[in-house]
Amino acid sequence: MNTTSYVLGVAAAILILVVVIELLRKRRLRERHAVWWLAAGLLALLVSIFPVSLEWAAGVVGIQVPTNLVFFVGIAILVLVCLQHSAELTRAEEKVRSLAESLALVELRLRQVETQLSRETTPPDPDADA
Amino acid sequence: MVVNLKHTLIVMPAFNEEESVGDVVREVLTELPGAGCLVVDDGSNDRTAQNARNAGAIVAVLPINLGVGGAMRLGFRYALENGFTNVVQIDADGQHDPASVQAMLARLDGADVVIGARFAGSGSYEVRGLRRWAMIALSWVISRIAHTPLTDTTSGLRASGPRAVLLFANQYPAEYLGDTIESLVIAVRSGCRIEQVPVAMRARSGGVPSHNAVRSAAYLARALIALVFALLRPADPANRQVRTS
Repeated sequence: MNTTSYVLGVAAAILILVVVIELLRKRRLRERHAVWWLAAGLLALLVSIFPVSLEWAAGVVGIQVPTNLVFFVGIAILVLVCLQHSAELTRAEEKVRSLAESLALVELRLRQVETQLSRETTPPDPDADA
Repeated sequence: MVVNLKHTLIVMPAFNEEESVGDVVREVLTELPGAGCLVVDDGSNDRTAQNARNAGAIVAVLPINLGVGGAMRLGFRYALENGFTNVVQIDADGQHDPASVQAMLARLDGADVVIGARFAGSGSYEVRGLRRWAMIALSWVISRIAHTPLTDTTSGLRASGPRAVLLFANQYPAEYLGDTIESLVIAVRSGCRIEQVPVAMRARSGGVPSHNAVRSAAYLARALIALVFALLRPADPANRQVRTS
C-alpha cells in the first residue's frame, strides 16, 4: 500500500462520516436510522488509519485474506440496514392505512353534520320526513 | 325467518364499481329494510361514490386504495362508532344475493362469523384448475383449525357478530387474501365460532373475472404464504383496548 491509497481510504471514511453527521445536524436523518451508518463510518475510519487493525481482526477470526473481512462486514451491515428499512416501511404503511381510515370516517361524519345543519337552518319542507 | 335488521350494517367495499354499485345498493335497501348500508369507496377514480350516494347508501371515501381488508376495517370501525352490532360484507359487483343475508344473520345466534359459502350445494358456482385446488386446500386447513366443516374460506360474503366486529375493528389484515384467510385465523385464535351457510352466486353485473394460469399460480402461492404466516403469528392479545372512544 502506497501513500496515495492510504490517503484515499482515510478520505473516503471521513467523507462518509461528514455526510452522515451533516444530515443528522440538519435533521434530514433521524438518529434511529443513522446508527448503522455512523458505526460503519467509524469502523472504516479506524481501519483506514490503522490498516494493521484489519490484519489483526482477520487473524483473530481466522480469515486469511484481510479484505474478505471488509467485504463480509460491509455486506452484513448493508443487509441489516435493508431489513431495518423494510420493517420501517411496514410500520409506515400501517400508519398510513390507519390515517386513511380515520380520514374517511371524519369526512363522512362532516358530510352528515353538514347535511343535518343545512336541514335545520333552512325552513321546514313539508315533503321531507323528520 | 325475519331477523331484526336495526343493528345490522351492510358493508360494501367498492373499487371502481360505478356500473354495478348503484343497483346492488338499491337491492340491499329493498331486500333488507332497516339495515344500514355503508359503501366504502376504496380510492376509486370513477363515479362509484356518487352512484352509491344517489342510490341511498352511506358512503365513506378512502383517499387511497387500501384493498378489501382496509375498506372492511373502516366498515367495522364505523359499525362500532355508530352502534351497529352485526356487520355483513357484500361485494359491490352484484355476485352476492342480498336475499341470503337473512339466513346468515339468523345463524349469528350460535356463531360469531358466518360465511356465505359458494360450493355448499346451493346455486351453481364453478372455479377450475389451480385456483380451485388452492381454495380446497385452504378450506381443508382452516376447517381443521376452526373445528367445523368449511368449504369456501375465500368467500367475500360473510356476517360478523358483536364479538367479531369488536375484534375486526381493532385488527383486520390489509394484505391481499389476508382479509379472507388471515381474518378467519385471527377470529378462531380469539375464540370466535365460525359457521357457514350455503348461498347461491350470480353472474357479476359488472367487470370481468380473472382466469389465467399464471394468475392462478400466483393466487395459490400467495394464499399459501398468507395462510402459513397467519398460523405462525403469535396470537394477539385480542381483547386489547379498542381504539375508538
